[in-house]
Amino acid sequence: MSHAEQDEDSHYVDTAPGDESLDGYEAAEEIRTYLVGLGLATLLTLVSFFINRTALVWEPSIPVALAVLAIAQMGVHLVFFLHITTGPDNVNNVLALAFGVLIVLLVIVGSLWIMAHMNHNMMPIDQIMQMQS
Amino acid sequence: MLGKLSWAAIPLDQPIPLFTAALVGVVIVGVLAWVTLKGWLPYLWREWITSVDHKRIGIMYILLAMVMLLRGFADAIMMRSQQALAFRSEGYLPPEHYDQIFSAHGTLMIFFVAMPFVIGLMNFVMPLQLGIRDVAFPTLNSVSFWLTATGALLVNISLVVGEFARTGWLPYPPLSEIAYSPGVGVDYYLWSLQISGVGTLLTGVNFVTTVLKIRAPGMNLMRMPMFCWTTLASNLLIVAAFPILTATLAMLLLDRYLGFHFFTNEAGGNVMMFMNLIWAWGHPEVYILILPAFGIFSEVISTFSRKPLFGYRSMVMATMAICALSFTVWLHHFFTMGAGADVNAIFGIASMIIAVPTGVKVFNWLFTMYGGRVVYSQSILWSIAFMITFVIGGMTGVLLAVPPVDFVLHNSLFLVAHFHNVIIGGVLFGAFAGYTYWFPKAFGFRLHEGLGKASFWCWLVGFYVAFMPLYIVGLKGMTRRMQHYDVPDWRPWLLIAAGGTAIILAGIILQIAQLAISIRWRKELRDETGDPWNGRSLEWATPSPPPAFNFAVLPSVEGDEAYWDMKQRARQQAMLGEEPPYADIEMPRNSPTGFICAFFATFMGFALIWHIWWIVVLAAVCAFATFVVFAWRDEVEYVIPADVVARIDRANRTARGETLALSGTPS
Repeated sequence: MSHAEQDEDSHYVDTAPGDESLDGYEAAEEIRTYLVGLGLATLLTLVSFFINRTALVWEPSIPVALAVLAIAQMGVHLVFFLHITTGPDNVNNVLALAFGVLIVLLVIVGSLWIMAHMNHNMMPIDQIMQMQS
Repeated sequence: MLGKLSWAAIPLDQPIPLFTAALVGVVIVGVLAWVTLKGWLPYLWREWITSVDHKRIGIMYILLAMVMLLRGFADAIMMRSQQALAFRSEGYLPPEHYDQIFSAHGTLMIFFVAMPFVIGLMNFVMPLQLGIRDVAFPTLNSVSFWLTATGALLVNISLVVGEFARTGWLPYPPLSEIAYSPGVGVDYYLWSLQISGVGTLLTGVNFVTTVLKIRAPGMNLMRMPMFCWTTLASNLLIVAAFPILTATLAMLLLDRYLGFHFFTNEAGGNVMMFMNLIWAWGHPEVYILILPAFGIFSEVISTFSRKPLFGYRSMVMATMAICALSFTVWLHHFFTMGAGADVNAIFGIASMIIAVPTGVKVFNWLFTMYGGRVVYSQSILWSIAFMITFVIGGMTGVLLAVPPVDFVLHNSLFLVAHFHNVIIGGVLFGAFAGYTYWFPKAFGFRLHEGLGKASFWCWLVGFYVAFMPLYIVGLKGMTRRMQHYDVPDWRPWLLIAAGGTAIILAGIILQIAQLAISIRWRKELRDETGDPWNGRSLEWATPSPPPAFNFAVLPSVEGDEAYWDMKQRARQQAMLGEEPPYADIEMPRNSPTGFICAFFATFMGFALIWHIWWIVVLAAVCAFATFVVFAWRDEVEYVIPADVVARIDRANRTARGETLALSGTPS
């Protein structure tokens, strides 16, 4: 922990763990991002309520429209609130997101598949009925 | 006023829990009185209870785990002696009591022994190995610990007030539904796990952030010690898996408290969904426990073989492969519950695939030892015993992963023997290896070597004597959780198993003696150098015990084995590096937030269990108010002045210089 090369790295500010500094410009920028995100999220929410009640679109397409809006909503949250970007400083966040999506998919798809097969070894219900009668 | 709580909740008719409770009560009152009389309470409050120092929190986690190990082991003795006696008789434990004992044993050993032990070791070691001053969120860390302690406290309160679950360590419905378990036992289980589960999840978030975002300058990911990698993998799994547990238990709570029908037989509920979800958490959970143990063995084997870890990159790959694959095998816990051959086959194959990265690790450890100058310390004894025992346990596991075999062996003592084989031989041996390895770092003196080895041999022999017979009776058809039986064939094996438990008991007594005698002989066992084992990673660069700030100046990492490289350089130049420029260090202030939150959470949990709603509301408001007060704090940090830092670090440098002069040429 103590040798000459040390000095090259000692320019960084020595702060307590978990500390972060934020200057005025950055703070304003952050607030702007959050406000844009809030606006978009509200808009998407309103649109989904609107589409639900309107006769403007073909009725069977409403569930699809709602699903699209929901996915857009997720995108807005990820970009504006969780700050997922494609920047080089964002590799951790993107990887964490990818890991999260992978796990959620594994659990949901796996559960659906398992639950669909859970009664595989059971007798069909009409045969059980016949046995009881 | 007091909900379901009345005097009838205290089991006055059952002598065993009452006697135990009285004994525990006497011990607690005695310790409290002793601490108060000695005037240590202010010190404990200031330096430990409110501490946000990762080292102190880690030590408290391990202390909690060790105390709970005694309780869990007492349950184990009772189960083994019951089965030794209950041949064609009722034994001495009535069924409703026996059922609570095996449920409490499993719950305690997994959630309040294994989890706190590995989290405690990660807490203590990981920031030191990364060369940093604390974890990312120090106060959150304290909250996590105290919420875990709350969970442990609630489980133990159930011994005296009310009852514990009789449903096994995972409360399978419909048995755990209100119709079949109307008592408070399952509620004790659910609330203690929900509260401690919050703590565990927060730990996961905290540690993942720490490893990914805060490392010493130059410590890139591929230079991290193996233990930091396994910590990262384990905590990623915590973050991914614990929400599933929380959601599943919340659904069971809704069933029990508000008449929902998630897992009931009627009204559209599906019992199988509980098995599915609980194991979608449960299988990653076993890797949450074993991965840190793998990390400990990597450190111990490398240090005591005097060699760098063999195949570091393959080790990292194996760790991360296990991390992802652990989410693809959960159905093997319920092969027999109705799925067809296609589903079973896929999950059976996945279970065999996950054994491959584990095998890679075993070979890496073997090759690390190969050609090394192995020092047979107590830590490496645990590690070698682990390799042999874990391979046996792993192979019986792969055997159980074959669905047709599982149809024969499921729910038998063969299964019980298998998972004890991997949890004791893997997690617990790992925890003990880590405990003996890092103890001098934590307290500044080594643990007595002879007693440690004696205890190790008792544990090892005791384990084999206690659990190998269970494989045999399992093959002979004995199911798990039997309160009594009348098959003469099983009897001798169960008697041998009981004998094994007695040998393990001797091991535990020797461990307690080791700790007591090591404290008494601490002058002789003193570690002056801070590097008693000739270590390779950064924790050994600090004095033992490390100061609050860990590193006077954050170390600059230039190689794969940060501290080993520094030592080599110092030896070549026959001198330490130049004295670094010291600066003031800001450290997070201690905070009682964690303790106070957990204090109220305890009341809230207890009141929820007994349906005392006004306490629930009151305690929830108070806990939230504690958080708000913390959020509004003005002073976040205190400053350790540069001259204090310099004084502490100069002493450390002097010790290093003396060691350097003594050891001379590189070994």
